[in-house]
Amino acid sequence: MERLRRHLAAGSMIVIGLFAIVAFGLGSRTGHGAKAAFGFDYLGKSSIHLPDLTVPAGPAAIGLGALCVTFGVLRLARPALQTWAIAGFLACLVAAFLTWGTAGQSLAFTGLLNATLLAAVPLVLGSLCGLLCERSGIINVAIEGQFLVGACASAYVGSVSGSLWAGLIAGCLAGALLGALLAVFANRYLVGQVVLGVVLNVFAAGLTGFLYERLLQADPNHRNKALTFADIRIPGLASLPVVGPVLFDQNIIFYLAVLLIAAVQIGLFHTRWGLRTRAVGEHPTAAETVGIRVLATRYRNVIMAGLISGLGGVWMTLGSGAPFGKDMAAGQGFIALAALIFGRWSPLGSLSAALLFGFAQGISISLQPLNTPVPTAFLSMTPYLATIFAVAGLVGHVRAPAAEGIPYVKA
Amino acid sequence: MNRKIFDAVLKGPSWLVTALAIFLALLVGALLILVSDPEVPGKFGYFFAAPGDALSSSWHAVAAAYGAMLKGAIFDPGTAGSVTEAFRPISETITEAIPLIFGGLSIGLAFRAGLFNIGGQGQLIAGAICACYAGFTLHVPGVLALPAAIIAGIAGGAAYGGLVGWLKAATGAHEVIVTIMLNYVAYLLLGYLIASDAFRDPNNPQPVSKPVLPQARLPHLAGDSLRVNAGLLLAIAAVGFAWWLLNRSTLGFELRTVGANQSAARTAGMSVGRTQIMAMLLAGGLMGLVGVSQVLGTANANNALTQQIDAGLGFTAITVALLGRASPVGTVLAALLFGALDAGGRAMQASAGVSIEIVTVIQSLIVLFVAAPPLIRAIFRLRGENGGTNTLAAKGWNG
Amino acid sequence: MTKGTGGGSLELRGITKRFGSLVANDGIDLEVRPGEIHCLLGENGAGKSTLMNILYGLYEPDEGQLLIDDEPLVVRGPRDAIAAGIGMVHQHFMLIPVFTVLENIMLGEERTRRGGLLDHARARRDVLDISRKYGLEVDPDAVVGGLPVGVQQRVEIVKALIRNARVLILDEPTAVLTPQETEELFTVMRALREAGHSIVFITHKLKEVKAIADRITVIRRGAVVGTADPSDSEAELAALMVGRDVRLTVDKPPAAAGAEPVFEVRNLTVLDESGRAVLDDVSFDIRPGEILGVAGVQGNGQTELAEAILGLRTATGTITLDGARLSGRTPRQVLGGGVGFIPEDRGHDALVESASVAENLVLDLYRDAPFGRHGSIDVKAVQDNAEQRVAEFDIRTTSVHAAVGTLSGGNQQKVVVAREMSRPLRLLVAAQPTRGVDVGAMAFIHERIVAERALGRPILIISTELDEIFALADRIAVMFRGKIVGIVPPETSRERIGLLMAGAHE
Repeated sequence: MERLRRHLAAGSMIVIGLFAIVAFGLGSRTGHGAKAAFGFDYLGKSSIHLPDLTVPAGPAAIGLGALCVTFGVLRLARPALQTWAIAGFLACLVAAFLTWGTAGQSLAFTGLLNATLLAAVPLVLGSLCGLLCERSGIINVAIEGQFLVGACASAYVGSVSGSLWAGLIAGCLAGALLGALLAVFANRYLVGQVVLGVVLNVFAAGLTGFLYERLLQADPNHRNKALTFADIRIPGLASLPVVGPVLFDQNIIFYLAVLLIAAVQIGLFHTRWGLRTRAVGEHPTAAETVGIRVLATRYRNVIMAGLISGLGGVWMTLGSGAPFGKDMAAGQGFIALAALIFGRWSPLGSLSAALLFGFAQGISISLQPLNTPVPTAFLSMTPYLATIFAVAGLVGHVRAPAAEGIPYVKA
Repeated sequence: MNRKIFDAVLKGPSWLVTALAIFLALLVGALLILVSDPEVPGKFGYFFAAPGDALSSSWHAVAAAYGAMLKGAIFDPGTAGSVTEAFRPISETITEAIPLIFGGLSIGLAFRAGLFNIGGQGQLIAGAICACYAGFTLHVPGVLALPAAIIAGIAGGAAYGGLVGWLKAATGAHEVIVTIMLNYVAYLLLGYLIASDAFRDPNNPQPVSKPVLPQARLPHLAGDSLRVNAGLLLAIAAVGFAWWLLNRSTLGFELRTVGANQSAARTAGMSVGRTQIMAMLLAGGLMGLVGVSQVLGTANANNALTQQIDAGLGFTAITVALLGRASPVGTVLAALLFGALDAGGRAMQASAGVSIEIVTVIQSLIVLFVAAPPLIRAIFRLRGENGGTNTLAAKGWNG
Repeated sequence: MTKGTGGGSLELRGITKRFGSLVANDGIDLEVRPGEIHCLLGENGAGKSTLMNILYGLYEPDEGQLLIDDEPLVVRGPRDAIAAGIGMVHQHFMLIPVFTVLENIMLGEERTRRGGLLDHARARRDVLDISRKYGLEVDPDAVVGGLPVGVQQRVEIVKALIRNARVLILDEPTAVLTPQETEELFTVMRALREAGHSIVFITHKLKEVKAIADRITVIRRGAVVGTADPSDSEAELAALMVGRDVRLTVDKPPAAAGAEPVFEVRNLTVLDESGRAVLDDVSFDIRPGEILGVAGVQGNGQTELAEAILGLRTATGTITLDGARLSGRTPRQVLGGGVGFIPEDRGHDALVESASVAENLVLDLYRDAPFGRHGSIDVKAVQDNAEQRVAEFDIRTTSVHAAVGTLSGGNQQKVVVAREMSRPLRLLVAAQPTRGVDVGAMAFIHERIVAERALGRPILIISTELDEIFALADRIAVMFRGKIVGIVPPETSRERIGLLMAGAHE
């Protein structure tokens, strides 16, 4: 089975690489010596100016496609290097695609990078929420709902109180409240967690939709304003070329998200809390025999996680300068869940997946003006298809925490 | 674990608990109506000065909303003069209930086989796409066009659902994750298709598909002014089929056995993988019928595919199946209740100005309360079997 | 944290624990002195593990008292037990497979350094100290799931010792070990005894008891039946453990002699996930009208034997019935070929508890006439069949539509037996056919099995109840560690079979 999977995965990488050579390198778009130009100057924000990078599109795409094939062969020959092979493969494939898409035109690369990061923020926050829940053994498919209540509460409280921070806190608390509901029904009433999450999503969508129409939109100038946290420019770093304006000139929620990734990564693998959380998610009975309180750990984690996904909701309103809109989460809670699974339940993995998925969103925005023949719908599908491949075992093996979704009942 | 799911769905909470859950959900709904009312909260500001003021305005707000709901869903005494008008609320309730019946049966069938079909959205979209495509391309007489479009819809949904079953049987991929992901794939595919040359209506400024040909539409049953259509007959047939399948067929026997106890099924010589694939094919086909009833029936006036064609029915169907205890008869009752809430909600929005979204809140709360009988018993101080009873026992991603 | 490492004394007084109507522990008294290895000897299901779980605070006793160092102790949870210096190595290890050895050992007793970060260095030092002191070699950074069970067990012991356990409970520690690993474990146990630790060693293996115990308490059916000395003979210990109950008698005519075997098993081998042979090169045959009884302690390959015959497990080797090959077929083909199967765990493998009696009576017959026709089930035929079987097998139920889960254990088992015997059989495989059933149902089921024998069918009975084997079998095969260690006539003495079950080769 393992062998078959490896061959299947490597084989499809090679085939896709060959396809890339033909489609991206030898097609009419990249022919006739067309050149692709990539701009690195983002809104004129960075003080050091970089010249555009211009490459001959055809040869570059062919070269990158050939590299894809090489990585496929590497995946087959050296299973130990599979993570690197897949990462290299994806990078080259995307580069080949971009070269092809940009052929004869110019693409603001830094702008694409920025769009990627902004799209990744709610995904990161959502998948961190899922991570805290699932690592302790509770499946949370209600991230979408938590985004919605977080966004709704933050927009309302922020608008009414006039304080962005009050809005932020309200948004986080709303997410935590929905999390608490999930925890109580899962831990105390032993309701199936997947179904519970689905029902909570329906509940959250209905509740926020109702409040939106009856409360927020009744007086949008006072109850649903377009507010936003100001960008905080980190002196020095923000002046760096390319990465400067993208990484070091963002608002507070962006920085909070970065901090949270670091905190969860360190917390999960290097602190007592993390060790116990993982133990409870893997083998609650074993945890119990060394004196760990299983249910208390689960409650604590799910509610903490709610704060984080609530923050994801805040990002959608106060973090992006938008008022609350009905169903504004638009499935991002589910992409976050996909990022969590694709990232194999690790914070850094989720971050990589969120960036990848964010890139898929960013690319579809950036490519629109370039008139590529590939419909953006198919680009937007990549997160979902990638996750299906992952759970079907075609991209290595994903394994959820062992005790996940199983209610813990003491003997 | 699986056995627990089976037991719980089959036995379910008592009817009393269900009734109390509905009551409680309506109560919370009333509370929401009051809190969000433009005037009532103000009156509670001087509650102690004039309590009657606050209470009577509360009563009026809630009574107006729920009264309108009742009129819109069952009977409006003001319309007693005209037969057609008198039946309009019932027609609306049935019309809303039809897709919920298909969807509830689909989810329920999968539940019985021990599978959570969260992929209703995707399957119904797949069904709608196929039904619509057949519906505007097949220039054949009516007697053939409608059945062809219906079959195309069923096939589309079944293929999309069967894919999930196959992935589960062949690779062990968890159906919940796969279906969630496929929902969005279908949604995006739909967006692409209705903007594509093959589907897009050139006469419409919006990205909307060409309208289904008149002969492929579901005909109205009670005159053109009432919305109830031939989907009702399909629904009755589907309920009959699901009942026969579950209770009278060898496949249904296998399905229920696999859902209740996989090891016993395997020991008795059944193929668990094959049964799961069949269950997902059937569930997908029934979801395809939701798409059929949407696009050939009532989703919009010109019977065309739009980005909103799913109307969230794939998720509402889950709540219907949970409330209906995954049995065909229970599903019909639950679908009628939810259909009445939807139909009434629309009337309420029009006449009492309360957003129809409250209906979604009430529906999800009903299911939430029904899922936790001990909570209901604690609130109403009922005695009953102690704890433990749950609507659906959980299982993990790995299971 | 700095409790003395000296031994603790432990005393149990009148511990009683009931699960519903089942009395798992019945007024048990036990005294463990400081620095001794105290063996708790008893068959599987005798109540040893329940007792130890009470001691560790996982179960609460209904009656009785616990004393440690002569002080009464109330154990409400593992935390209390750990604090009192009790350490436990569970039969099913309480280790987290994806964690490293170090993480498993630290869990619950984490030491942190500045900033709240885990102090891996210090924990590693502590682990290596204990490793060295008692000869418990472990690699702190290995992932537990990949380690051999013997090493995992060492991790469990280190885990207990790092928590300053003075009384160490080892629950069936040798059940999963190879003889070499067992020897190593004994070396460690002796070292621990030298250091003054007391050890409660739970087992059903006589040889091991004789090799390591200082004192022995024998427990049978939840009660202490006596104490013994390691110098007692294995036969004496076996008698005490297995009991000398009155033999069950089942009227059965003598076996028809001389016929050729119709059911043959040759070199049957089943490997588990880790590649260990759980069924190891098993060969035997059964003649028509003969009952072969397979005796043995639970978990010595009997389950795998039955499942391999039914096609539920991949196996190598050949199985033939009436000259036709049975191996390599699907369960459906095997059942369809006339093999009746009574699985050992009826709730898990034989019945759908939420389904009706009538449906359970056709669980593997629904496809074919008269029940199934063109994909449709003839409900009338199913019901008629049910009413007939219920009457024939005296199944006590309110209705054939009642859920099987509502029936008593004996009646549930009759449903299984009735189903499997309601078609013409060419072979009957019955595993634990009377487990958990009342005396009346037991006698009835035995009669039915003997009736099948009278019809000239070959029958394979697998049972951990020696009484049942003696009552039914024409020949007795004894299994130990996946092998058949001997096939003996039914006149063989109970002691001799007890020895074979404990692994003493002929």
